[in-house]
Order: sequence, then C-alpha cells, then structure tokens
Amino acid sequence: MSYRAPVRDIRFCLEEIAAIDGLKATGAFPEFSEDLTRAVLDEAAKLANDVIAPTNWAGDREGCTLKDGEVTTPTGFRDAYSAFVEGGWQGISAPTDHGGMGLPRALGAALMEMLQSANMAFGLGPMLSLGAINALIAHGTPEQQAMYLPNIVSGTWSATMNLTEPQAGSDVGALRTKAEPNPDGSWAITGQKIYITWGEHDCAENIIHLVLARTPDAPAGTKGISLFLVPKFLVNADASLGERNAVKAIGLEHKMGIHGSPTCTMDYAGAKGWLIGPEQGGMRAMFTMMNDARLHVGVQGVGIAERAYQRALAYAQERRQGRAIVGEGDAPHAIIDHPDIRRSLSIMKAKIEAARALCFHTAVEADMAEHQDDEEERAWAKRREALLTPLAKAWSTDIGVEVSSLALQIHGGMGYIEETGAAQHYRDARIAPIYEGTNAIQAIDLVGRKLSMENGLAFEELIEDIQQTVEDCATSSNEDLHYLANRLGPAAETLNAGARWLLSASEDDRLIGATPFLKLASEVTGGWLLCVGAVAAQRLLKDESAESDEDYAQARIDLAYIYSEVVLAHTPCALSEIRLGAESVFEPGRFMLESQ
Amino acid sequence: MKILVPVKRVVDYNVKVRVKPDQSDVDLANVKMSMNPFCEIAVEEAIRLKEKGLAEEIITVSIGPAQAQETLRTALAMGADRGILVQTDQTTEPLAVAKILAKVVEAEGPSLVILGKQAIDDDANQTGQMLAALLGWPQATFASEVKLDGEALEVTREIDGGLQTLAMSLPAIVTTDLRLNEPRYASLPNIMKAKKKPIDTKTPDDFGEDITPRLQVLKVSEPAKREAGIKVENVTQLVDKLKNEAGVL
Repeated sequence: MSYRAPVRDIRFCLEEIAAIDGLKATGAFPEFSEDLTRAVLDEAAKLANDVIAPTNWAGDREGCTLKDGEVTTPTGFRDAYSAFVEGGWQGISAPTDHGGMGLPRALGAALMEMLQSANMAFGLGPMLSLGAINALIAHGTPEQQAMYLPNIVSGTWSATMNLTEPQAGSDVGALRTKAEPNPDGSWAITGQKIYITWGEHDCAENIIHLVLARTPDAPAGTKGISLFLVPKFLVNADASLGERNAVKAIGLEHKMGIHGSPTCTMDYAGAKGWLIGPEQGGMRAMFTMMNDARLHVGVQGVGIAERAYQRALAYAQERRQGRAIVGEGDAPHAIIDHPDIRRSLSIMKAKIEAARALCFHTAVEADMAEHQDDEEERAWAKRREALLTPLAKAWSTDIGVEVSSLALQIHGGMGYIEETGAAQHYRDARIAPIYEGTNAIQAIDLVGRKLSMENGLAFEELIEDIQQTVEDCATSSNEDLHYLANRLGPAAETLNAGARWLLSASEDDRLIGATPFLKLASEVTGGWLLCVGAVAAQRLLKDESAESDEDYAQARIDLAYIYSEVVLAHTPCALSEIRLGAESVFEPGRFMLESQ
Repeated sequence: MKILVPVKRVVDYNVKVRVKPDQSDVDLANVKMSMNPFCEIAVEEAIRLKEKGLAEEIITVSIGPAQAQETLRTALAMGADRGILVQTDQTTEPLAVAKILAKVVEAEGPSLVILGKQAIDDDANQTGQMLAALLGWPQATFASEVKLDGEALEVTREIDGGLQTLAMSLPAIVTTDLRLNEPRYASLPNIMKAKKKPIDTKTPDDFGEDITPRLQVLKVSEPAKREAGIKVENVTQLVDKLKNEAGVL
C-alpha cells in the first residue's frame, strides 16, 4: 500500500481551521499566497509519495549498520535525502537571510507531516536539522550563523541534538559531559551521549552536533549547563571541510521501530566545540530546539496515524469476509461494510483530523507569535502557542499509537504478520510519546507552567474561543451543528472545572491529575477545532457561487459529529480521574502495587 | 532558439475516473487535475535542451479553463521561462488546439515544438501531427531520444518491433513517448520563482479561431466488468473453449 499525501485535508485544515491566511497581514511573508500553498503542497506531496515513501519498507527491514564509526543507512535513503536537498525543502521555513525560503512554519509543519507519513525514520533527520537551525538563529553569533547555517538550511549538512546521557534522561540537569576551555577560545568536549537521532550517517557531507555539556565549576543541575556546537568535520574559514573532529558513533541501538533512523551512542573525546549563547545558558537554548521539536513530534504522531489509517482503509476495501448487512452484491463483502470496521475507520479519521488541526493551529500561532505587528496580538499568539505545544506533542503522539493500533486491528491476523506492513507503523509510532519529553513531562509542563502562566490568561482565552464556537454552532442555520454545540458546550465546562480544581490543588494532587487533564484539554481543543471546521464547511455549503465541493464540506460536518458523540460526550467523566488525588495512590503504600 | 511546449490540464493519473450518471462524460467535478504526464516529459526535454545550451527560451502554452494556469505554473516551476494561457471553457478538440498552436507558433517563432504524444484524458494522439500538417513542418512522433546539433535534429522513435531513427532539420515538431526522460520534481525555490514568471492570457478569439467542437459525444460508459474465470479440467477443454466459446482460435 503506497502513501498518498492527503493534500486536500491538509489544505482544509491550514486554511479553514488554522486560518493560515491571517499570516499575510503580518507582512512577514511577502511570497505567501493561497496559490503558493497549493503549489508547494502539491509538489511536497509528489516528493513524499514517489521518492520518500518507497524507502520506508527497506528502512524497516534493513535498518542501519555501524562499522568503524561509520553508519550506513538503508537502501534508498541516500538518494531520497539527495532529492530532498536538491528540492530545497529543508529551508522551507528558514529566513531568506540564511538561505531559506522564508515561508510560514505552518507550511513547514504540513511538509513535515508528509515526510513523517512517507517514512518516519527518514523524516527524523530533517526534523532534527530544523531544530538546530532554529537554535542557531535564536542563539548563535552572526559569525556562527554565517559559518554553519547556509549548509544546514540547504541540507548539505545535517544537525543533531545531544542531550541524553545514561543517568540524565528526563532529568537533563544530571548530565556529566564536560567542556573545558581551549586557549583559542574553543572548548574541548568530553563525554558520552546516548539516543542521538541521526548522530552519524552517510547522507550528508557534515554533521553539526549541538551538545549540552558542563563547564568547569558550573553549578549542579540545569543551571550549570551550556550548549556547544561540535561539527563532525571541522569547518575552515572558507566553509570547506577540514579535519575530522574527535567525536564518533560507538554504538547503534536495537529499537522496537524506526529502524531506518540511526540512533547512536556518541563518544566525545576532547572534541572541539564552540559555545552557543552564554555560558550556562544552555537550557534556554535547548528549549528553543525542544519547543519546535515538540510540535514537530506531534506532527509526526499525525503523520504516522495517517499512514497507518491509509493502509487500514485500503485493506478494508479489499479484504472480503462474510455477509455485511449493508453489503452490495453477493457475499463475501468487503470488511469496510461491516459495522465495527466502519465505526473504527470513522473514529480514526476524525481523531487524525482533530490532532492535525491542533498541530497546525499551534504552528500558525507560532508564526503569529513571531511576526504579528500588534504587540498584544503577538503576546496572545505566544500564549496560545505555549499552552498548546504540550497538547500537540502528547495527544497527537498518543493518537499516533492509538490509530496505528486500530489500523493493525482492522487487518486482523494479517496485521500481526510483519510482511503486511501494518505492524511497522505501530512499532514506529510507539516512540513518539516517549522522546522529546515524555508525554508525562508534557502534562507536567501543562499543569505546572502553562496553565497558571499570567494568572491563567492563556487558558481563559482558549475557553473563550471554544465558547464562541459553541455559540456559532448553536445558532447555525444547519441543525446538524446544533448537536455539536450540545456536546462542545458541556465539554468546555468540564475542562474549565478541571482547570479550576487543579489550580487550587496541592502540588502532588495536581501532578496526579496532570496526564488526565492534558488528555481532557486536548480532546476538547481538538473537538473545538473540528467544530471550527464544521462551521467553515457550513459556510462553504451555503456558498453557491464558489465552486465548492458539497460532499467534502458535508464530510467535515459528519466527522465533527462522530467525534463529538464519541469523544466529547465522554469528557465530563474525565473529572473523576483528574481529581483522583495523591492520597489515593500514595496512602496505600507500595504494598498495593506488589504482585502477590 | 525558442522551444514551444504545449501542456494540457487533465485528470490526475492517480484518480480512478467515474462516468457521470447521465453517461455524457467522465465526472470531473472536484477531481484532482494535473499536467498530462506526456506533457511533463515534453517540458523536461525542453529544459534539458536549454540546460545543454541548445535553446535560449522555453515558452509553455495551455489551452483550457482559467485553472490551466496552475498547469502552466507547474511547467514554469520545472524550468520553462514564460507561459501563455489561451482561456476557454469549451471542450478542446485536437484540430482546434492545433490551429491555435499554429497561430502561437506564427507569433512566437519557435524552431521546435515539443508536445506529449497524447493526453491521458481523450488519448486522441492527434494534436502534434495536425500541427505539423498545418505548419508544413517535419514531425517525429513517439520520441524516445532527441539529439539536436545546430539545425539538425535526430529523433529515435519507438515503433512496433523496434526503433526508428529520423533525421530532419528545424523547424520541427516532436511528440514525446514515455521513455524519453524522467521528468524532474520542481524544487521549492523554483516553485517560488515560478510565481514571478509572466503568463500571458489570451482567448481563442484573439487568434481568430472558432473552437466549437466538431465531434459529438454520444455516450460514455464504464468498461465492462471483468467476469470471474473458470478452471478447466485439461488442455483439450481449454482449446475447445478458446475455439468455440471465446472464438480466439
């Protein structure tokens, strides 16, 4: 089953739900237009469908190999990467000053979704480079930018993020990698990093590692961390490649999925590096990388869900079993006509669209937060981006796992057989809730920082927006939308009640409620955005002048209905789990947990 | 030297087409449309000639609805220099298209016109040949290799049972076969540059051509559904069925 990028769904989401059009008014994107969006998405789709997607299977089967510090990527990866570089896609949203295309990040997110659907293991390479590009733009010196950015933006060089060490996972402050000053102003980096995605490979000419390390006498914990740029090959003043730096891959992980992505253990033996940003300012720089990467991992969740869904849909149309009540012609009928399969597919599709809308809305607000002229509106967008980023990351990646699991289920026994291909998506999807800050870390970020920032203003603004859409649906001339209002209204009230409870709860109670609250907040926000889409679809249905596609518009309303009945209708039950409280789980002691 | 490349907007090759309920035509409402794949090959060939320094300018032209502008943009993103849209909502038949193209050739003065051998919507395979006749130019259809040396053009074409090589002098018409080249993907920078390349919009009237269809479509129907096969017991039965039931022996 080959992948076909859902260009139309992506466009509807960007244009009608996330309102990407609003970016024109900022004046920051002189090239950006509806025509361009269409042309860019169409061409990105060709690349994803015809060049990158065909490498997915070999990537999973072959995996990467490491020999003498050199990693060989699976068959087809090098050619696909070359095509990606030649197409100039790495720089889609990078500023033109640095050789990028200067298009909105939201359009970059759409490209990212296609890459991740086409081949998630492959898509990780460009994703990591993008994080490094943003970190260098935000924190690099003009000299560093001039020296490294053009080649990373073009994709000629790739880049990595080196955070994790065996004892420093979620607690990055526990890292031990050392940086000692050299006489020439550079630093000598020594230590070992693990789980380094695309840490070594054979697709790009050079690899620029961004490495967190501790300078001499730095205080313990996160405050003492600095960020360094460590190139695989040192770069001469004329940008040509110099000698090999003392950094190399000494191990490759054997993983459950994303086999095509080289996950390396990197050894730094006094490697030459340069400080990015101020000494002991590493955490701030890291968060620039992480924040972007979190949204992109959310997009990855959408991408892998879409890929798995397409495979399941194709299989359900092909596979014939038994007699279906609604089946046409003689039995056996295609299993898509069996009620439970049809129900599953409907829910999968609705959830993918909700997660996509959540990610693209966040991406558009990230653009707004950077480029909006009006200071207040810029601050509004910044708050919205900050609030929704943990939701986009955690919920979309959970949906990636849920949908790829359902997609496997639709295949029945064949789904459990590797050759069918459905299992790969499930294995691939499973990493996304873990890396880039586990989903629990996202939930802690939400209830610990985002919910209460500026006295809960971001959250209040979100509730206001949702209530506006409840109003729009309730007063619509289309009665179908009244049903949506009936579900979205109580869901928003539940969300508000959950938030109020958390804000007045003790810290340990709040942390017990964090993950269920993130789920509730995401389900309601995703549902809200589907309702925004339904309102837009209703506008298209009424618009007789436009060459609108009534079937497509009606389908947006129908999907929102299914989502509201299946997901939003459940939300009032979420309060009980949010309010579970620390006492319920800690009071019984560990004894309760023991198998006896 | 200028090269003219006509391109047609057709239903995308990935779309499973459906016949309209009234059997008047294929249903094109809200169906993805793209550049005809043979036209893409023509654009690619023109770009390669330009990249070799054998041509100075590539003009691409499309005759069709306003949306055909997107098809022209695709050609411009691949590397054509400017576009001409001859806008009409009328069904375009090969003869009408060839007549307009002849006028465009007169106005633009290209030495070479490269067309797709046929469009995947009506599969007519006529426009290139008609254009050659109207202009009185030599033609090389179904090209699988094109070599240009000054004014001398050598074209290898795929024919039944082998390859035929033709030599001719410019100006000439070439129509492309599937194996001539593999069209490139437009790069992101070129997609953006294409937005700034000029597209001239004209109408058939500007060329004094009446493009009213001369053909009448009586009926469009789906291909007959393939029937389930049967297993034969032995070769004798197979031969018997081929002879007496299928009537192919």
